[in-house]
Amino acid sequence: MKHFSFDVVVVGGGHAGTEAAHAAARRGARVALVTLKESDIGVMSCNPAIGGLGKGHLVREIDALDGVMGRVADKAGIQFRLLNRRKGPAVQGPRAQADRALYRAAMLNETRAQTNIEIVEGEASDFIMDGDAVRGVVLGDGSELTARAVVLTTGTFLRGIIHIGDVSRPGGRIGDRPSVKLAERIDSFELDLGRLKTGTPPRLKSGSINWSVLEDQPGDDDPVLFSFLSDGPSAKQVSCGITHTNEKTHEIIRENLSRSAMYGGHIDGVGPRYCPSIEDKVVRFADKTSHQIFLEPESLTSDLIYPNGISTSLPEEVQVDYVHSIVGLESAEIAQPGYAIEYDYVDPRSLTPSLQLKSVPGLYLAGQINGTTGYEEAAGQGMVAGLNAAGEALGLEPVTFGRDVSYLGVMIDDLVTRGVTEPYRMFTSRAEYRLSLRADNADQRLTPLGLQAGCVGERRKQVFESKMDALASGREVLSEISVSASEAAKSGIRIAEDGARRDGLELLAFADVDFDALIKLRPELQRIPENVRSQIKFDALYANYIERQKRDVAALKKDEAHRIPNDFDYGDMSGLSAELRSKLEKVRPETLGHAGRVEGMTPAALTLLLAKLRQHERRTA
Amino acid sequence: MDTIFALATARGKSGVAVIRISGPDAKSAAAKLCGLPDAPRKAELRTLRHEGEVLDEALVLYFDSPQSFTGEDIVELHLHGAVAVISSVLAALSEIPGCRQAEAGEFTRRALENEKLDLAQVEGLSDLIEAETEAQRKQAMRVLSGALGEKVEEWRSKLIRAAALIEATIDFADEEVPEDVYPEVGNLLDDVRTSLERESAGTKMAERIRDGFEVAIVGPPNVGKSTLLNAFAGREAAITSDVAGTTRDVIEVRMDISGLPITFLDTAGLRETEDKIESLGVELAKRRAELADLRIILLENRGDVPLIEAEDGDMVVVGKADMVRDADFSAVSGDGVGRILEKVGAELSTRAGGAGLSIRARHRSAMSDAISSLASANNQLAVSPELTELIAEEIRTAIRSLDSLVGRVDVEDVLDEIFSSFCIGK
Ligand SMILES: Cc1cc2nc3c(=O)[nH]c(=O)nc-3n(C[C@H](O)[C@H](O)[C@H](O)COP(=O)(O)OP(=O)(O)OC[C@H]3O[C@@H](n4cnc5c(N)ncnc54)[C@H](O)[C@@H]3O)c2cc1C
Repeated sequence: MKHFSFDVVVVGGGHAGTEAAHAAARRGARVALVTLKESDIGVMSCNPAIGGLGKGHLVREIDALDGVMGRVADKAGIQFRLLNRRKGPAVQGPRAQADRALYRAAMLNETRAQTNIEIVEGEASDFIMDGDAVRGVVLGDGSELTARAVVLTTGTFLRGIIHIGDVSRPGGRIGDRPSVKLAERIDSFELDLGRLKTGTPPRLKSGSINWSVLEDQPGDDDPVLFSFLSDGPSAKQVSCGITHTNEKTHEIIRENLSRSAMYGGHIDGVGPRYCPSIEDKVVRFADKTSHQIFLEPESLTSDLIYPNGISTSLPEEVQVDYVHSIVGLESAEIAQPGYAIEYDYVDPRSLTPSLQLKSVPGLYLAGQINGTTGYEEAAGQGMVAGLNAAGEALGLEPVTFGRDVSYLGVMIDDLVTRGVTEPYRMFTSRAEYRLSLRADNADQRLTPLGLQAGCVGERRKQVFESKMDALASGREVLSEISVSASEAAKSGIRIAEDGARRDGLELLAFADVDFDALIKLRPELQRIPENVRSQIKFDALYANYIERQKRDVAALKKDEAHRIPNDFDYGDMSGLSAELRSKLEKVRPETLGHAGRVEGMTPAALTLLLAKLRQHERRTA
Repeated sequence: MDTIFALATARGKSGVAVIRISGPDAKSAAAKLCGLPDAPRKAELRTLRHEGEVLDEALVLYFDSPQSFTGEDIVELHLHGAVAVISSVLAALSEIPGCRQAEAGEFTRRALENEKLDLAQVEGLSDLIEAETEAQRKQAMRVLSGALGEKVEEWRSKLIRAAALIEATIDFADEEVPEDVYPEVGNLLDDVRTSLERESAGTKMAERIRDGFEVAIVGPPNVGKSTLLNAFAGREAAITSDVAGTTRDVIEVRMDISGLPITFLDTAGLRETEDKIESLGVELAKRRAELADLRIILLENRGDVPLIEAEDGDMVVVGKADMVRDADFSAVSGDGVGRILEKVGAELSTRAGGAGLSIRARHRSAMSDAISSLASANNQLAVSPELTELIAEEIRTAIRSLDSLVGRVDVEDVLDEIFSSFCIGK
């Protein structure tokens, strides 16, 4: 038996890489985290914020599996806001403005403190191959790190090109060099690659902004944090500013469109529709005369401001002009111009739900390299890839996530089944079981899974178990209540008089009945902790819907039960359009349910597939 | 891919028997037996020969792929319905290399595989093939025409728009999405619900008594069909005049007879005609009359040969009692009209009582699920719009119910709509 220097090598110390290294290490693997510089660990290359809608849900799920992103973001958070506070709990997403320096420091600390992770500075320049399989990496200095599995999380470093106006140069992010050699090796795998683009706004110096004329956006009074283990913010809390573009700004941009890298035709990659550059906004929504800009502090200890909403690839002097046309920014100094970056991504349909490349054993991909955008999406994939790379190395069970259980599952399933056509970002509307996949119950959904996979530590286990105990006892007391509407009214609970007797959980199903109102009915409910009270309320609020969704889940499970053999021949299914056939051949869906989610799938084709499967099952039975 | 063939009409002795051949070799196979017409979709008389022997005189027509039922090349041989003729032609075909007898349902399966039919249409078709009663057959014909699919598409696109509006306020809470999407959402939901209710009421009836009943009044021009209809309806529903061929469109009058909803159709007079428009009307009249549950066939004189074959239960009557002796009724005086209505009611009541009730319950239940989801969505919108996710959930459920009818929705559809409508992105 060959001796490996590590169980798992993770390449890249960004959000996907750190989470992957931690996940693998928690599962018991010996991990090398290879990154160009130690100082790259925990770098936020774009906006200084973590969380949001869908994204906040992902962070909670990562935390529920004892991952690091949530804890680190809580330590670095300088402004916490729960988005959609006025809407229902299923669509509320925690978000924080994070101090870059604090985030990096906290991530580095966590990584150094984690047993089993060795940080290796260097450029991964090639893979060590064993036949078709990847069994380690070669570093820039020629040294070799062998491993049973490698997780590649190099972000935008595959043939990255940075554009500022009509000037462009290769590079993964400002200040980094692209990994050319590694890219060539990846080419030799003949994977399907695509090209995407994204951009950042210019960074401004805080001291040069006229804050006194700007609207202030403070954080929430009662901050909601990411981690189930955090109690409260630890950094000083600050506000963001708000300003707007105006007609003058738009005019400057319109006049210079031809000089924009994107509109000047220098960029071929596809950008995200939901995070358009200011050029895009001005062109596509020509009738809007103003767009909102959030001025977000990058750090408590630096003077940099991130103007969220005006990412651009215009030349620097145009950036100066249009920034100066904006109220409050008349004499703003640009510390670093905005830029766009184009990069290659690997078609994620070439991955299994464990994020392993189907055609290259031993190699896992996570993060932006799979066509996603965002720290949280990257970290979520890192979690899945890390757990499974460790699983492969240590001979443990694979860990997979269902769409009905987690946003992680929704994301992975979307990626490996449908692929991407623009940078993939999480939205709550992507989750069909949104009402049960809430940020508040991520621990109930995933911590047991994490315990089973062996990636959850003792402290979290205890916190989780005591929460579950409190939940159970709270529910028990509530279910013992039995009141009519008029009896409830005596305790100040107003519901329609319909003659029915209700227990406490049924009372809580009414949107306007809150937990505290029930304490009058049963004083012992007083001892239920605050977070558990809201949890019970939320569960009750959606109970009817969740019950209904269970039926859908059952239908999904039925389709998932029809496994499609790996060698299934789509070639002799003459009824499929050539396009759909080639999609199916590429994705190789594992189940009928999976096939149903392949883009372009028609009911007729699905019926046909089912018929073929039955025929196949009959023949092989 | 094999070329398949089969007898498309019922086995046994019949007036005409149709053999259908489908597949890449359909035309060359048929050409071995006879010459093909010089253009597709054109029927021509040909002599079928095999090994020098004449098998039959047949009407031959062909369809080119993909414009055919299966999406493949198809040839139809309309033979004389003698058992010996049929079996000799089938035997001749099976000797041609690459041709074989079709398995049960294989034509339909090929149509499905070639995406000539959607799921609901296939169901309609299988209903059609399995139809035991005439009424079921007619119901199936309507589904097969794809009309249901079109309706569902229209509802779906409205609901996707509504979902997009709602989702935009959820997923882009921090952006400049116009807050007040609710009025538009409310309108869209109302629209779809009303239309669904209308449709579903129709389907419900169809399930109980197959869409109500249609009774066609047919006969040669100017025999008094319109006058009879007017007498039935007690009002001027059809234009009556003495000029033959006045009624070119099919005019419908819905009535309640013996508790049954019955639509009377006043059709164009059946006759050969040079007038293009009128001949279209005649065609339509024939088709509608054939699809109707019951025909009241009017004759000028007793003993005339009707232009359309009377089926079981049809009534053949002589009108214009004021001019023709021994007529059954006079629409002008009203004599005998009540008796005809009674007979129609009695006949259809018997059928309603006896017919099986097996139209796809799935359609109705999907629609009624969608209706109740939309009702809840509206209610939520009115009562607590802040629980936006519940409105979204109801819309999503409604869309899914409709999807189960014909197609499927994708979150991408919703996102597409959002991104094309709003400037999103900080
Ligand atoms: C310019 C830009 C703008 C963006 N704008 C947005 C935005 O507006 N909104 C949003 O949500 N997201 C945005 N993102 C996306 C977000 O930053 C990324 O999706 C996320 O950081 C990806 O994480 P990752 O771990 O995959 O990659 P990264 O965080 O980029 O990490 C890659 C790591 O790999 C290391 N590395 C690369 N090659 C090698 C090698 N050969 N050997 C060793 N180490 C290597 C690098 O040093 C780096 O540490 C933007 C990204 C960029 C670059």
